[in-house]
Amino acid sequence: MKYLSEYRDAELVAQYMEEIHRTATRPWTIMEVCGGQTHSLVKNGLLQMLPDKVRMVHGPGCPVCVTPLYQIDKAVYLAEHEGVILCSYGDMLRVPGSKHSLLESKAAGADVRILYSPLEAVKIAQENPGKEVVFFAVGFETTAPANALSVLHAQRAGVQNYSILTSHVLVPPAMEAVMNDDESNIQGFLAAGHVCSIMGIDEYYPLAEQFQTPIVVTGFEPVDLAQGILMVVRQLEKGEHKLENQYSRVVRPDGNLEARKVLEQVFETSDREWRGIGNIPMSGYELRPAFSAFDANIKFKVNIEKVPESAECIAGQVLKGIKKPQECPQFGKKCKPQSPLGAPMVSSEGACAAYYHFSQVIEEIEA
Amino acid sequence: MGAEKKLKMQLQCPMPKLDFDIITLGHGSGGLLTNRLLDSGVFDLLKNELLDERHDGAIFDIEAGRMAFSTDSYVISPIFFPGGNIGELAVNGTVNDLAMCGAQARYLSLSFILEEGLTMQEFWEVLVGIKYAAENAGVKIVTGDTKVVERGKGDKIFINTSGVGMLHPRADIRKSRVQVGDKILISGPIATHGIAILSVRQGLDFETSIVSDSTNLNHTVISLLDVFGPDIHLLHDPTRGGVATVLNELARDTRLGIDLEERAIPVLEEVAGACELLGLDPLYVANEGVFITIVAAEAAESVLEVLRADPNGASAAIIGTVKEEHPRQVLLHSKIGGKRVVNMPVGEQLPRIC
Repeated sequence: MKYLSEYRDAELVAQYMEEIHRTATRPWTIMEVCGGQTHSLVKNGLLQMLPDKVRMVHGPGCPVCVTPLYQIDKAVYLAEHEGVILCSYGDMLRVPGSKHSLLESKAAGADVRILYSPLEAVKIAQENPGKEVVFFAVGFETTAPANALSVLHAQRAGVQNYSILTSHVLVPPAMEAVMNDDESNIQGFLAAGHVCSIMGIDEYYPLAEQFQTPIVVTGFEPVDLAQGILMVVRQLEKGEHKLENQYSRVVRPDGNLEARKVLEQVFETSDREWRGIGNIPMSGYELRPAFSAFDANIKFKVNIEKVPESAECIAGQVLKGIKKPQECPQFGKKCKPQSPLGAPMVSSEGACAAYYHFSQVIEEIEA
Repeated sequence: MGAEKKLKMQLQCPMPKLDFDIITLGHGSGGLLTNRLLDSGVFDLLKNELLDERHDGAIFDIEAGRMAFSTDSYVISPIFFPGGNIGELAVNGTVNDLAMCGAQARYLSLSFILEEGLTMQEFWEVLVGIKYAAENAGVKIVTGDTKVVERGKGDKIFINTSGVGMLHPRADIRKSRVQVGDKILISGPIATHGIAILSVRQGLDFETSIVSDSTNLNHTVISLLDVFGPDIHLLHDPTRGGVATVLNELARDTRLGIDLEERAIPVLEEVAGACELLGLDPLYVANEGVFITIVAAEAAESVLEVLRADPNGASAAIIGTVKEEHPRQVLLHSKIGGKRVVNMPVGEQLPRIC
């Protein structure tokens, strides 16, 4: 915890904030890409400490939020499949599918288990040879290595009753999609520190160049975020567009080579549907054909029709930073964490839920 | 329960020799098998003159005064966890609920719903936990019931306890007594119990030295009431839903605002670390053995002093103030100088992906 508390130092944060106030002379719009950063900004009350000129918008980096409806439906279908134990990270459970959520399937008798690690799911498969264990492999480049590793472990141990339902997404193509959107007005990025700790930072140089936008790889603690924002603002004020690394204590330029090797071995990039955003070319991971025995889609011949999203949910605009959660007419009214219209209201990292839970916007709504 | 304490309890209370080693449906039938269970020596652990009557209910005298009455059911999984078991929890829980009314628990009822196949060894350990918890709290178990359900229809053991207690003569504990300016105190570090339980849940096993702080709070509360009487406006144990839930309910019901100082809220370092890792907010994690008290502003420092001298209150702290501003809301002043609203949780806290 000592390693953390230095990055939660109120005085340091105050100094960075002061410097941001001094530095920003014009209005700037900056996107923090990762949902973890959104959560930390709101939870620590950092947003209110920023000058009005610096407007933060919240990016698409929440795996729960961008997992398309039909992937949830697939997971629900598998959970309700005879003899299946469906394992998932906790916050996927409450996300509503087109009919119901995994939590509701569980209540109705499906064997749905919350895990922290897919390796645990392989263990469950070994302990339950008469059952099929499926891991709902959701997440960005951060969770992908562990999921890949679980497949390698299962293969090595000859575990045949284990498979994964892959719904992996990648950050750089999403940033590109955000920038290519005509309505987007993002002028700078805080790139997701943990993703870069796996993948390194090389992918971001061309983005900074192509869109003439400063990108600062940033951590998640208050001091990290305040410093990252200051670094972006400084570049913007000087008219620069460099890639910088605020999170160098964790992020090495070439990332985690071991993890990248595992990813390369198990996954290949493919087009991927993003909830609220649509199809983004080469923005996801699929299992390589050599591992198709571990692909739940193939194993269970899953064939789920795509269903349209709720017309009232503006998740796409929120995820691209075009609208703020409270600009949605349904925010806090028809759409609440206990009855979400769309995924950003479900996950604690979702921009809408983060706002609903922590910000004072709620005061205006309920007053 | 530490290994040492557990060993000591087992040595002092060895399980009687039985000719059955698991609970079967017949043990709840009310017939011969039920009587064999009752007569086996198993229930001798809880012996007292009222229970020994083995009547349909307990009959006892009370002195003049006001009483408090409370009930709670315990369905925790796993039933044994670092720092305790479901039996201790079932006694302490109801004793503490009564303490939060300002009452000293006197008599408890104890009902079991056992799942067929529970081992007698497990049942015995739970009963030993109950015995010690009752002795430590100074409460008697005077009536009870045992039912057995088919395998798969329960989760090893469910317990209900109800209790009656005599109100402390100087106690006047009501939500309506909470007023602007009152100070909010917490008796100890939060989230310890919830994290101890999570650390042994299937699928979430992680190695930790965190043990549940489940304990009785009645002695601590009574000694506070002895000294401060009506200056204690409210008592609450933030069990399910944690501190955030209790304070939100309070803000809603009193139509007052609550300000919390994040910096002042005690959390054990290893608990904070585990919460960090699991993506949980300690404010929403369940507690046992910890209570919140809301006291008159002018008494706050003295209450804190007395509380800190108590074994259950060594790390007690003043964590907040009742405000007129932002009615019905709990506002947290973050460690780094920011502000945020602490909301009511929707359901169970679900661990985050990353």
